[in-house]
Amino acid sequence: MDLDAPHSMGTTIIGVTYNGGVVLGADSRTSTGMYVANRASDKITQLTDNVYLCRSGSAADSQIVSDYVRHFLHQHTIQLGQPSTVKVAANLIRLFSYNNKDMLQTGLIVGGWDKYEGGKIYGVPLGGTILDLPFTIGGSGSSYLYGFFDQAWKEGMTQSEAEQLVVKAVSLAIARDGASGGVVRTVTINSDGVTRKFYPGDELPLWHEELEAHDSLLDILSSASPEPMVS
Amino acid sequence: MTTDRQLAGGFSFENCRRNEMLVQKGLKQPSFLKTGTTIVGLIFQDGVILGADTRATEGPIVADKNCEKIHYMAPNIYCCGAGTAADTEAVTDMVSSQLKLHRYHTGRESRVITALTLLKSHLFSYQGYVSAALVLGGVDVTGPHLHTIYPHGSTDTLPFATMGSGSLAAMSVFESKYREGLSKDEGVKLVAEAICSGIFNDLGSGSNVDICVITKGKKEYLRNYMLPNPRTYINQKGYSFVKKTEVLKTKITPLKETVEVVEVEAMEE
Repeated sequence: MDLDAPHSMGTTIIGVTYNGGVVLGADSRTSTGMYVANRASDKITQLTDNVYLCRSGSAADSQIVSDYVRHFLHQHTIQLGQPSTVKVAANLIRLFSYNNKDMLQTGLIVGGWDKYEGGKIYGVPLGGTILDLPFTIGGSGSSYLYGFFDQAWKEGMTQSEAEQLVVKAVSLAIARDGASGGVVRTVTINSDGVTRKFYPGDELPLWHEELEAHDSLLDILSSASPEPMVS
Repeated sequence: MTTDRQLAGGFSFENCRRNEMLVQKGLKQPSFLKTGTTIVGLIFQDGVILGADTRATEGPIVADKNCEKIHYMAPNIYCCGAGTAADTEAVTDMVSSQLKLHRYHTGRESRVITALTLLKSHLFSYQGYVSAALVLGGVDVTGPHLHTIYPHGSTDTLPFATMGSGSLAAMSVFESKYREGLSKDEGVKLVAEAICSGIFNDLGSGSNVDICVITKGKKEYLRNYMLPNPRTYINQKGYSFVKKTEVLKTKITPLKETVEVVEVEAMEE
């Protein structure tokens, strides 16, 4: 086991547009080699009031990029005197990813809402290009989801349909990808604002060969005698 | 394709790449004083508790049996260090002085997020070659905070955290017994138990338990809070030798004057 390995996020991240806004989704596992360094991390970071970012790859690299972009978007918002657009955010992220491509190991999905284009999702993968798509998936878990999204994504979904799709997709990836796990976090952005949602790992749907949890640590801790391993 | 592009500035990693090449060719690198370590931290009812063991190692040798791994950052912020001892010491000292200058400049108490940003940007710019893995804790105007910082510059924000080679042993204690709203005594007991688990189950950790409790406007540095590994045998009579080293002959030779001072009259014109 390599505890000196750089901190990376074997990840599942998703961005989906629906009629009126966007839903971003992510798992919560951060690992160093084979060790789970953080089982409840937040991979959906805020850039501005109306733009959020899903991070994958090296934790250090994606944090630095998002810190810089947040800083410059803040300046931009003050100079402009109005909220920045998702396109500006995506272009800034692309600028950092492209100019430092031989230093950075990070794939990002930016999503948000602005008054000009409504809900928008942009993918910025490894080389520093921009993908303008109605839905984008990223991270190690995404390889299990391409077919699913080709089948399940529909133009003009409602907010709850989009949210359910994201939770279903992340839980599917968690079930098959060893580097993804923990809980599912979602961020929904539309003209009304931002809503964060949290789905605990033991309340996710069960897929093929998965078993209902029983006598889990949570059950033991909430029982009358909170002594682990004693029933 | 990657090209050796001339960088605009920053640290040159030329020698790091050369060293990696030499290691691959079979050169043995010199070893540094490493703190194979157990360090932990948790948030309790009214603040933060940090804990550390006190063993420093140099390869398989225990170089220091009672070293200090909880470093001072600011009066209200402390930081546990794991990794290369020189790096953890240097990076915490440097950021600590930056924080003090910042306090003189602003006239306000330091914030944990400031220390976190200074530490992570330094570590990130050295791309993991400064091997310091840190647990940063403190209480500021916005409440109690606990963070972990990895050598590559990534950070996490957690209610309870462990680091170092003993982190697995310590985390298993936290994962089974931590809960929200612990009292101070419960928190100190849990931190001590997590460190002891590192001391006894991890070869890189050992000796004693240091603890630091930080609450609003108050801190308690409990150096050697627990001594679970005392010396088992000390000779009651002390140690004595049969015969002292004798003085056989004494001779004093005065130093010879080598410089002669001659008074000269002033030269006439």
